[in-house]
Amino acid sequence: MAERKMIERPLSPHLQIYRLTLTMVMSGLHRMTGPVLYFGTLLLVWWLMAVSSSQKQFELVSALFSSWIGQLILLGYTWALFHHMMGGIRHFIWDFGRGFEPHEREFLAFASIVGSLVLTLVVWVLGYMLKG
Amino acid sequence: MKTPLGRVRGMGAAHSGAEHFWLQRLTAVANIPLLIGFLIVIVSLVGRGHATVIATLTNPFVAILILAAVISVVIHMRLGMQVIIEDYVHSEALKILLLMANTFLAFGIGLAAIYAILKINFGL
Repeated sequence: MAERKMIERPLSPHLQIYRLTLTMVMSGLHRMTGPVLYFGTLLLVWWLMAVSSSQKQFELVSALFSSWIGQLILLGYTWALFHHMMGGIRHFIWDFGRGFEPHEREFLAFASIVGSLVLTLVVWVLGYMLKG
Repeated sequence: MKTPLGRVRGMGAAHSGAEHFWLQRLTAVANIPLLIGFLIVIVSLVGRGHATVIATLTNPFVAILILAAVISVVIHMRLGMQVIIEDYVHSEALKILLLMANTFLAFGIGLAAIYAILKINFGL
């Protein structure tokens, strides 16, 4: 490629310029929950490895996961999973060329935050109700 | 012998065609039922002892469900992290190193999970 001269061009405005909107926040959360889930998978592997390793290891991990900090992390992990799942469904609807109208976009953004919170609550209430 | 047009046709800006997009969507769709199933298993195991957990995870449906979930999730998370690295890391050398690390970590996580499931089912 030929040498390019650096020309001072105006930069396009970035995040801080725009008024914060729900769709913008949901988009950001979708991306942020991705890496959270990525590293959260380590917790899952840790648990599976502990189960496969010995009763002692299993009980150690169970104790850590049922501590308040463990529960808090798992609660966040559950919400991140559901939020990313809702965001994924939203993207899937868009893939079919639907849901781009202003009111539809607002509804999908609203549905993904409410849906993710409700589903997280349902799973945790069930978890505590069915706890052995 | 391929003509220049034949070499680029269908490859797009990413040089790999729509493969990334397609695999990302395929695993995204697969993840929904697989992870809902997996969550149901997890919820049913809250507070249970080692023996009950082993008994559940050695059920063939549960074991295959978890193996399928692990494979789909690992492919999906590797693709997702790849996009994030490509978006935010502008140094070419660092980008290549992080893309390699991403693949190694994703494979490592997947293999560890598969190893554990196989051990629970066949090796205890």
